[in-house]
Amino acid sequence: MSISDLLRFSFAAIIRHRLRTALVLIAIAIGVASIIILTGLGEGARRFVLGEFSSLGTNLLIVLPGKSETGGAMSVFSGATTRDLTLQDASSLKRHPQVRRIAPIVFGAAEASWQQRSREAPIIGSSSEMLSIRHWSLAQGRFLPPGELTQASAVCVIGKKIAEELFAQTNPVGKNLRIGDRRFRVIGVLASSGRTIDLDVQNIIIIPAVSAQNLFNTPALFRILVETRTRDSQEKVKKFIINTMKSRHQGEEDITIISQDALLGTFDKILTALTLTISGIAAISLTVAGILIMNIMLITVSQRTTEIGLLKALGASRYQIQIIFMTDAVLLAIAGATLGLFLGQGGNLFIHQLFPALDNSAPTWSVVSAFLVAICTGLIFGAMPARRAANLNPVQALVHH
Amino acid sequence: MIELLDINRIFQVGDQQVHALKDINLTIQNGEYLSIMGPSGSGKSTLLNIIGMLDQPDSGTYHLEGKEVTHLSDNEKSIIRSSQIGFIFQFFHLLPRLTAAENIALPMMLAGISPSERQKRTNKILALLDLTERAHHKPEQLSGGQRQRVAIGRATIMQPKVLLADEPTGNLDRHAGHEVIKILEQLNQQDITLIVVTHDPELGERAHRKIKFVDGAITIDTGTQS
Repeated sequence: MSISDLLRFSFAAIIRHRLRTALVLIAIAIGVASIIILTGLGEGARRFVLGEFSSLGTNLLIVLPGKSETGGAMSVFSGATTRDLTLQDASSLKRHPQVRRIAPIVFGAAEASWQQRSREAPIIGSSSEMLSIRHWSLAQGRFLPPGELTQASAVCVIGKKIAEELFAQTNPVGKNLRIGDRRFRVIGVLASSGRTIDLDVQNIIIIPAVSAQNLFNTPALFRILVETRTRDSQEKVKKFIINTMKSRHQGEEDITIISQDALLGTFDKILTALTLTISGIAAISLTVAGILIMNIMLITVSQRTTEIGLLKALGASRYQIQIIFMTDAVLLAIAGATLGLFLGQGGNLFIHQLFPALDNSAPTWSVVSAFLVAICTGLIFGAMPARRAANLNPVQALVHH
Repeated sequence: MIELLDINRIFQVGDQQVHALKDINLTIQNGEYLSIMGPSGSGKSTLLNIIGMLDQPDSGTYHLEGKEVTHLSDNEKSIIRSSQIGFIFQFFHLLPRLTAAENIALPMMLAGISPSERQKRTNKILALLDLTERAHHKPEQLSGGQRQRVAIGRATIMQPKVLLADEPTGNLDRHAGHEVIKILEQLNQQDITLIVVTHDPELGERAHRKIKFVDGAITIDTGTQS
């Protein structure tokens, strides 16, 4: 019996039993769709969290003033600051060969105004390397000019919303923006959105670090961002930073270093495990669908007893009968899985419409494995009824009528 | 040639043993026209099933065309059923979802014959059986006589040496039954061995060799009348 004959033969049988076909299709489709939707949601959550973190930069060490006694990011803020971090501290960190970029951060808020418009804005004092470290991009103009960290200049780069609110339709590049009591020439507008040190990037103004220190009248840095060349070199660089700071701060270890990647890796692991767990739960519904396939196939075998006897009389071997019934089960499984695929992807699109921030498209591995699991379910749960059909006594099968 | 030697078949019904066939010895030459008659439960259908290799004797040997077939594997038996034996049933046993032509072609499909060859042979048989216009009708759209003709087409499409008919007219009116018998006899004249199991004395009498069955044993065998 050729494959095309086999398919046509099974297809005719499937079409003839509409109700049972519909039931099996729905059961499998729900199983497959739920795997696709749930992994989509899990992946969406993972991508969302990772996206938030990596917008902060990669291979990043964050140096904060003050020693946290208990460790962890939160206690940092309660730790007493013993010595300020300075721009000279920042410059000294650049000496290690594994340090790729450095950006000091001075942080404050000031009134920014242009002509009649003004608003309060967070001001970040930093260096030219901030752009690369944070993976920002520019909509217009250029970023802070490279040069010595200690060099002041009256230029600024502004976030998108600042540009819209203060300059409206006017091109801000080249205009003089008043920040506090000083004037800064706007040299660029940031294109990026996202957050940095919990601020909306669209709402910030960036000026050279020294200018910010002058503006806020403080020599202290809020923190220093250190980008290492590789992830593996982070530990070495961490030690180097601690030693350097110790020697610069009279032997006292009064800084805290947070590694972004360690945190990121942990979240990645947790969320991946979560996705696997929920897709595992969804896979259980496919097993239920498998049992339904088995049930319905058994009913079919008893309904088609006469046919089985006849096929044997016409020269079908036990093996052929088994293949015929397996084909039935697998065709049903494939059709159900295909339906589930569309349902699942449709469901994901629908959820994406409701929550546009969530990129919940199902990963390829989940779509492929949902499909394969469905077909395997058909094979496994179709096997027993098919064997039963093959072992029917043809004589009894024929008088069954 | 069919040679049955000391064939016994015992069924277990509840806690009772039913001896359906008792030491049957029977030789049937190629091209014979044989009727098997007897009351219900006399074992005549069981004999037919054993000849058709749908059933397995508990003891005894069966030679078909000089070859021992009693202990062949399932696969080997199915090949012999496919190529050498044609079955005709009282209830036709057509597949309701297939058309007349597809029903006739079913044994060829199972045997893996190419679609073009199937088409050719089916058309020939349909014409022979006067069913060409009915080729694409489903069984439910056919009369009893037409259904049995489709079944005959299906039984002969593989050009078997032996035709086994179990009450072929049992479900037909007189006219249709007569037509069916005529077709079967024509096939017999083309040297196909025809074995008919029937209750109907008129049909039984037409055969050249008549066998009577009572309680699982042959009581009368007229032998081949030349």
